Amino acid sequence: MATDKSFVRNLPLISHLRSSVGLQRGMLIVGIVVTVLFLLTAALAPLIAPYGFSQQFSATQDPPSSAHIWGTTAGGYDVFSRTIWGAQTAVLVVVVAVILSIFIGVMLGLLSGYFGGWLDRVLVVVADAIYAFPTLLLAIVMSIAISHGSSSLWGGIFSAAISITVVFIPQYFRVIRAETIRLKAEPFVESAKVVGASSVRIMARHIYKNATRTLPLIFTLNASEAILTLAALGFLGFGIEPTSAAEWGYDLNHAQSDATAGIWWTGVFPGAAIVLTVLGLTLLGESMNDLNDPRLRGRKRAGRKNGRKNKELVDA
Amino acid sequence: MLDIARLKVTFATDAGAVLAVDDVSFSVAPGEIVAVVGESGSGKTVTAKAILGLLPETAVSSGAVIISGNDVISAGVRSVRAIRGRDVAMVFQEPSTALNPVFTVGWQIAEGLRAHAPGGKKPSRRQARALAVEALRKVGIPDPEERVNYYPHQFSGGQKQRVVIAAALALNPGLIVADEPTTALDVTVQAEILELLRALRDDYGTSIVLITHNMGVVADLADRVVVMYHGDVVEEADATTLFATPREDYTKDLLAAVPHLGRNSASAGLTARAHQDAPVLVEARNLVIEYPGRLGRGGFRAVDDVSFTISAGEVFGLVGESGSGKTTIGRAIAGLNRTTGGSLNVLGHEMLGFRERSFRPVRKDIGFVFQDPAASFNPHLSIGECVAEPIVIHEGTTGPALTKRVGDLLESVQLPRGYADRFPHELSGGQRQRASLARALALRPKLLIADEPTSALDVSVQAKVLELFKEIQAEFGFAALFISHDLAVVDMLSHWVGVLYKGRLVEQGIGSAVMGDPQDDYTKRLIASLPVPNPAEQAKRRAVHRALLGL
Repeated sequence: MATDKSFVRNLPLISHLRSSVGLQRGMLIVGIVVTVLFLLTAALAPLIAPYGFSQQFSATQDPPSSAHIWGTTAGGYDVFSRTIWGAQTAVLVVVVAVILSIFIGVMLGLLSGYFGGWLDRVLVVVADAIYAFPTLLLAIVMSIAISHGSSSLWGGIFSAAISITVVFIPQYFRVIRAETIRLKAEPFVESAKVVGASSVRIMARHIYKNATRTLPLIFTLNASEAILTLAALGFLGFGIEPTSAAEWGYDLNHAQSDATAGIWWTGVFPGAAIVLTVLGLTLLGESMNDLNDPRLRGRKRAGRKNGRKNKELVDA
Repeated sequence: MLDIARLKVTFATDAGAVLAVDDVSFSVAPGEIVAVVGESGSGKTVTAKAILGLLPETAVSSGAVIISGNDVISAGVRSVRAIRGRDVAMVFQEPSTALNPVFTVGWQIAEGLRAHAPGGKKPSRRQARALAVEALRKVGIPDPEERVNYYPHQFSGGQKQRVVIAAALALNPGLIVADEPTTALDVTVQAEILELLRALRDDYGTSIVLITHNMGVVADLADRVVVMYHGDVVEEADATTLFATPREDYTKDLLAAVPHLGRNSASAGLTARAHQDAPVLVEARNLVIEYPGRLGRGGFRAVDDVSFTISAGEVFGLVGESGSGKTTIGRAIAGLNRTTGGSLNVLGHEMLGFRERSFRPVRKDIGFVFQDPAASFNPHLSIGECVAEPIVIHEGTTGPALTKRVGDLLESVQLPRGYADRFPHELSGGQRQRASLARALALRPKLLIADEPTSALDVSVQAKVLELFKEIQAEFGFAALFISHDLAVVDMLSHWVGVLYKGRLVEQGIGSAVMGDPQDDYTKRLIASLPVPNPAEQAKRRAVHRALLGL
């Protein structure tokens, strides 16, 4: 069995960090730091935020002051508190959306790739049809269908998450299906077949684990896309009501008219929050992508003297 | 012609710097064929690439590689590019990937001419074409005026390798580096390419550095041999001296491990087919297997009207070149391919139109060993879990009883019990193939199908695995279908041998009889093309078989 130490070393992010050098390492570290900050903010929102997200003040459109460090909005909300609480909403939506789409996408991908035939053809056509829709339009249609406009906290989160899920399922489906088709022809799957393993056993034990290796990568890239979709939904007025949860897109929408009046604080902070979060997640995903591919991965140059013969390689 | 002095190449890898070539020195005289032999990881290909300055960015090299007075190691990119093609050219292992599929072969041959135009004056289209035709004629492509406009896919594998050689020859380099030039080719084609390389040396005085792991090829072609191991040169000698009186222990072991046609035959002394009183396990009658064709085109008939039987306890050797249908037959017996005509009876189960559900119980009596041991294990499962899989599926054993059985199985294939906890990538190729054998034998099957089980292994490892296979077969007494392209390997193991050619079983008989006195024309040609690892004997064979091979 692998020792604890090597287990820790082989965890996704830690192994990535160990194998990176130079600029790639810098990108990865920035990505990790920003993402961790985002997650911490979401987790500790009740402690960090001075006020509740739906707490209204009589002072509207106040510039930053000691009472409201990032000022207040036209609706009398505290900008700082809403930005902090917004992180929580974003994390919840991303987690629900990605978990739902991973479950459904992976299941369908495995079945479709392994069995092929008419099931595969139907699913691929459906996935292609969903792809053909503009994602945002689809998300809006879904959100109207699910929540009929009104929304509580969880109702809002689920409707946003499911709208995003519908858009993302085809992505997971396609990746897993392609991997499954490739793995189906691998000798180790054939050897399981020869041994007499059932289809369920082959899918669960042999294909599933090998096909899902790229998932952490799609996960991080999709997480950033999910945040953008959520913000866009909120911005267009299909998001979550301000009384149910704080949502960056909604705040940005209501900051539109302020911008022309020179009231910058209502728009800049939620906007910056979106940019930073998406940037952090994208940096993380992209650098993981590069590090996973040995051809893209940078290495320290080999010295002339310090080379050693690798017994394992030579004796293989 | 070529002088390599104290060449050292280090690679940067994830696991730190690895020294691939350590202090290698040898030289090649004009008109000489020097073979660099060694097993995988010995550094022979890295040496070849260093000669052309083709090492990847992660490599750091030192020492000197001097070609016609220029040092490739210290020269800049520009001057190395000038040397390539003009003074030294390379022939690659896989001709189908060495040629670009979207250009005609004439264009590709002329590419070097355009790159090396004297005084920067590029040859006209007509001149380039004439030179390409000339190059194709030199390597024996029929109808070069016509064929110069063909695309790579219109040539067969052997012809493609001829085109690659023609491209290497276009500028008349004094030196050709051939990296495993015949490894991807069938033996009958290999004989032609070896003859072509020999003719180049004899007619044009080209020096050749031949990188290979195949001792038969070395015996056939080389004047001098450099043996490499772990990045070092172990021994350097004349071909005849090296094969007759190897000096170093490593060379001795290497030569002893090479299978030699006609020695160690499993069927030596047999006059009648063995095991005929035992029950018949597999019976094929007029078996036909077709792969469906594309729309509007007929299917491809991979196996055509083949009849044979395998009795209990018998080792049936199936030989043939690529595309002969040997693997298709093996897979059909294991239920991985569907048969389309005739009859194939496996352990009392008719395979024509079989259903997976009804065949599943039969599977526990069939073991299968795949060609590539690295790919036939799930990388996420430990060796123990992989070996245990058939037992878990068919008997549902768990816990300590299972652990014990897996341990016993590993010991029976000469692997330590502790290897059950290792992962496939932590084992060497030979160890993995042993584990693969253990998995195939887990349920004590009546029939074992081994599809090229040793062709991905080095010769010394192959020798050990074959030895183990022979011992275990004698001990367990299962029947086996042994599929291989290597006649010598098949002869070492099989009592009865079938020769396949283009889907037809052209000859079958007692192993030693088929190898010693082939009746069919194709079998004769196949056996004549196989180079034996002994230069003197091979020269004699070549002279005798010249007419048969159409050289």
